[in-house]
Amino acid sequence: MEIHNLIHYFFNGRVFLDTLPQLAHGLWITVQIAFLSVSIGFVWGLILAVIRVTVKRPTNAWPTRLLNLPIALYVDVLRSIPPLITLVVIYYALPYLGIYLPRFWSAVLTFVAVMSAFAEEIFRAGIESIDLGQVEAGRSLGLSYLQMMRYVVLPQGFRVAIPPLTSRMIAITKDVSLASVIGVADLLKEARAAQAFLANPTPLISAALLFTLVFLPLVRISMYLERRLAQ
Amino acid sequence: MEALIQNFFNVEVMYRARILLWMGLKVTLQLSAVSLVLAIVLGLLLASLRNLHNKVFDALIIIYVDLFRALPTIVLFMLVYFALPYLGVCLPAFGAAVLTLTINGAAYFEEIFRAGIESISKGQTEAAKALGLSFTQTMRHVILPQAVRVVLPPATSNSLELIKTTVLASVIALPELLKQAQQAHGLFANPTPLVEAALIFLLLLWPLVRLTGYLERKFG
Repeated sequence: MEIHNLIHYFFNGRVFLDTLPQLAHGLWITVQIAFLSVSIGFVWGLILAVIRVTVKRPTNAWPTRLLNLPIALYVDVLRSIPPLITLVVIYYALPYLGIYLPRFWSAVLTFVAVMSAFAEEIFRAGIESIDLGQVEAGRSLGLSYLQMMRYVVLPQGFRVAIPPLTSRMIAITKDVSLASVIGVADLLKEARAAQAFLANPTPLISAALLFTLVFLPLVRISMYLERRLAQ
Repeated sequence: MEALIQNFFNVEVMYRARILLWMGLKVTLQLSAVSLVLAIVLGLLLASLRNLHNKVFDALIIIYVDLFRALPTIVLFMLVYFALPYLGVCLPAFGAAVLTLTINGAAYFEEIFRAGIESISKGQTEAAKALGLSFTQTMRHVILPQAVRVVLPPATSNSLELIKTTVLASVIALPELLKQAQQAHGLFANPTPLVEAALIFLLLLWPLVRLTGYLERKFG
């Protein structure tokens, strides 16, 4: 392996500059999917967690407590099945039932579903880590159930939830590049297309560098949060 | 309802696709087992190297861990399988998948094992030595019981993630479960095999998902 080859194929300045606009466009698509998936999944997961701890309370009659089961099933299924399979099933199998989703929205739907499943578990663990005495105290002060959640339980639960939630958000955002498999023109897809077109893998290296540039600070922040809040 | 059964749970297609899926499942299991073992061994090795507190090793390992934690795994698959050949390094799909999953997984395992090692203060090793315990006795009775509490929950969840990541090998045309399901989908023009692949993963990994939750509650 000569150094000349390495530079020509992996760090080709000309190819890098020529393909950069294409890659930037791909990155923008990646960011859009990631932002939509993480934010909707976050809110949806929080709603599911609050519903789940509410219906699960031992003071409820058993039919109410059974409502816990569909959420538990939803969460476990989405955590067990690899996101790529979920994505492929949504994009390639749903049309047979007459449900046609464009590539972009298939990806968003997949990652919203996966994110919400993990977020539900994380929020629930956060909520359940709060002492029941606080719930009772909040209620006896005359707060409604939702007020008690909003002002007493969730602010503290969030603290517990932040480190695992941050690392899960990063994991989901990294998974967004799976969307290239169903043909979404994201960063990875654009890089692959440019690589095939120019018969030079520099665009792949550029994509890897772009991903690293975006994710390295995030990984560092999440590790910092983990250490900070673990104490 | 009929369309659902016809397209998602078609028994005839299941029967016809059984051999393809069975072959795929075997490859998935082999890939998972080999990569998991190698990733754990490499992770342990790196964590032990960091325990030496050598500045050069530390810097190299930090770069390695950060890089592979930042890079989406599918990008790594593509680099190993589509970019390395330009440098004359041509790996077969299985080898490329094992390499990718190992170096990626080890980056996470290194952090997990290091947290385990660092959770036990050095004074304990010294105290055990002063009490006359041998190295293996120290490990067996002092260090490991404590480290397991710190290491087991994240290590289990990371193993789960690694096994889920094996499906990415389908993008480099390794005939694992997802790839075979896609082939069968094309062959029979019916998406039942895709649903089956999802169900097989569900069956395989659900216990592991439950175990992860249980360990997190128990040791968390």
